[in-house]
Amino acid sequence: MATFSIIYFVLLIAGTATAAYLKNTAALLLLFTLLMVSFLAALLGGTNVLVGFTIAAGLLAAAAAVSYSFREALIVILPPNGAKLMRTAPLTASFGLLVVLIYIIAAIFAPVIAPFGESEVVAGAFALPDDQLLLGGDQLGRDLFSRLIYGARNTVGVAIVTTSLAFLLGTVAGLVAATMGGWVDQLLGRVVDVLLAIPQLIFALLLLTIFGAGIIELTVVIAVLYSPLVFRLTRAVAGNIVVMDYIEAARLRGESTWYLVSREVLPNITAPLSAEFGLRFCFVFLAISALSFLGLGIQPPTADWGSMVRETASLISFGLVTPLIPAGAIALLTVAVNFVVDWMLQLSSGLKE
Amino acid sequence: MSGLAGLIVKRLALGLLTLLIISIIIFGAMEALPGDTAQQILGQGATPEALAALREELNLNDPLPVRYLAWFTDALQGEFGVSVANQRPVADQLGPRFSNTLFLAAFAAAIAVPFAITLGVLAALFRNSIFDRVANAGALVSISSPEFFLGYVLILVLAVQNQIFPPIASVQPGMDFWARVEMSFLPALTMALVVMAYMMRMTRAAIINLLASPYIEMARLKGVPQGRVIVRHALPNALAPIINVVALNLAYLITGVVLVEVVFVYPGVGQLLVDSVSKQDGPVVQACCLIFAATFILFNLIADVGSIVTNPRLRHPK
Repeated sequence: MATFSIIYFVLLIAGTATAAYLKNTAALLLLFTLLMVSFLAALLGGTNVLVGFTIAAGLLAAAAAVSYSFREALIVILPPNGAKLMRTAPLTASFGLLVVLIYIIAAIFAPVIAPFGESEVVAGAFALPDDQLLLGGDQLGRDLFSRLIYGARNTVGVAIVTTSLAFLLGTVAGLVAATMGGWVDQLLGRVVDVLLAIPQLIFALLLLTIFGAGIIELTVVIAVLYSPLVFRLTRAVAGNIVVMDYIEAARLRGESTWYLVSREVLPNITAPLSAEFGLRFCFVFLAISALSFLGLGIQPPTADWGSMVRETASLISFGLVTPLIPAGAIALLTVAVNFVVDWMLQLSSGLKE
Repeated sequence: MSGLAGLIVKRLALGLLTLLIISIIIFGAMEALPGDTAQQILGQGATPEALAALREELNLNDPLPVRYLAWFTDALQGEFGVSVANQRPVADQLGPRFSNTLFLAAFAAAIAVPFAITLGVLAALFRNSIFDRVANAGALVSISSPEFFLGYVLILVLAVQNQIFPPIASVQPGMDFWARVEMSFLPALTMALVVMAYMMRMTRAAIINLLASPYIEMARLKGVPQGRVIVRHALPNALAPIINVVALNLAYLITGVVLVEVVFVYPGVGQLLVDSVSKQDGPVVQACCLIFAATFILFNLIADVGSIVTNPRLRHPK
């Protein structure tokens, strides 16, 4: 292990010196900080920490390389318009797109990819990983890898349906409030104030006590609780559109409210709303996973990442990473969607701070 | 100053009104449960006579508004009725757990607030540098991960692979302060990491906003050194947004506590709430929700009042 530390520090110091010689400030700063942190970490935690650093740096580099190749591939494959867009995309955005794409493929082709069925018992309880069971078995002896793949379909599917429902509620109410104004606007505004006055997770727990835990109840409850923020955004952006002259002109022409909303207002607010959809999806997805983790969301035997974490949680005390895999799958998707949303926001606002 | 006092009183009244409405919703929600409390206590096989007697004893025959008033006035005095699951008074179960939860939240805040503000200010000062990018990426990852992911990662690394802290926070009533700190270090760290990310991003945005204002540019143009610009011109005005950020995130901490308590089996209100929801234990759920809602409203109120006090412009709404 001593050789590893020596090689590690030699490489790092050489890198720092090269950066300093080439006068590359950013790289120098990064490498120098890493060097200092490594010294401290090596003193406190020994070689293991350095190995951890190396693995983390390697993973980061691999992710960057893969996202770079993915972006270049997209530029070649896509039609001119899309290629132009991708050329300006930061690496984080292409990483996000790649991850989302992988999740979509896993969700659609789950039965083809997964070697076993969703709730098929194929081994002993908590069987160790081998050639057949890539990640081992869960508490009932079901294949964890297959359940992970099916989880992409169930967990993400439920989250997308819920987000869409929340969006339907929020945008319709927001558009109604913005175009009608008056007491309707006031009433909806106050209802939203009350809904936002309690933390959403607590409110969800309260409502799930009454309705019981089931997929339909979960979808409706979460959708209602997460629609107020969509409502506020829609009302704010639509409020700016409604006062425009062309809306006034349409009103004078005698157009109906439906025409106003669908033809004049909606096309003008799609850009901020689509970025909001991504952001809202993250929150809804995390909320559903949290509830499933607490045993109050998606119910067994449906494969779902939140429940999988809870079911395998006891393995962590034996030093196994099993519960971290579904939890990591949740985290990775949220990070990826966030990256893409960041990029979309940057595109639509044209701002770079 | 009378205008300021008036504004604060108005906010307080608004907060109380919100709490009142929320309490009605919480009470109403439990009324909507299938079967009344007497039915739940005695179970399905109870005789009609026994049910009627218990209903009489629990005053379940009174009209709804009367029962709401009785429940709410009791709740204000710290009496939340009797648990359906184990017939013990709710207040007895809630009391020690509430102080545990407060301890955990305060501990997390004590870790998170200084770090987050320092990091946020530094990220704003050195924005677009490598430091800023690393801090931002770290914050994004921390926000995006569910609390239980961070919690289990910390357990794996700091409790199982390197046995530095206990993996399960079994805090006992009679423990001394330092033992308690060691026991609840991992849950507090988990919560702190999530809240820190939010707080750092918000502080950074607030400071960047501030540094773009004309008087800072003026100070720079007249040749005031960089350090003095920050300390004398920027920081006093940054107080308002920072107070706001801290209070809002402490309110967020209250929600995050539920998941973290379950991960670390920490005996707090969040754990009790989750257990009671699966048992459909009405009175306990009511009490827990009311406590969480009240704390949440209180912190939002503090954020509001804090920003009114520190920012004179908010006192004269246009």
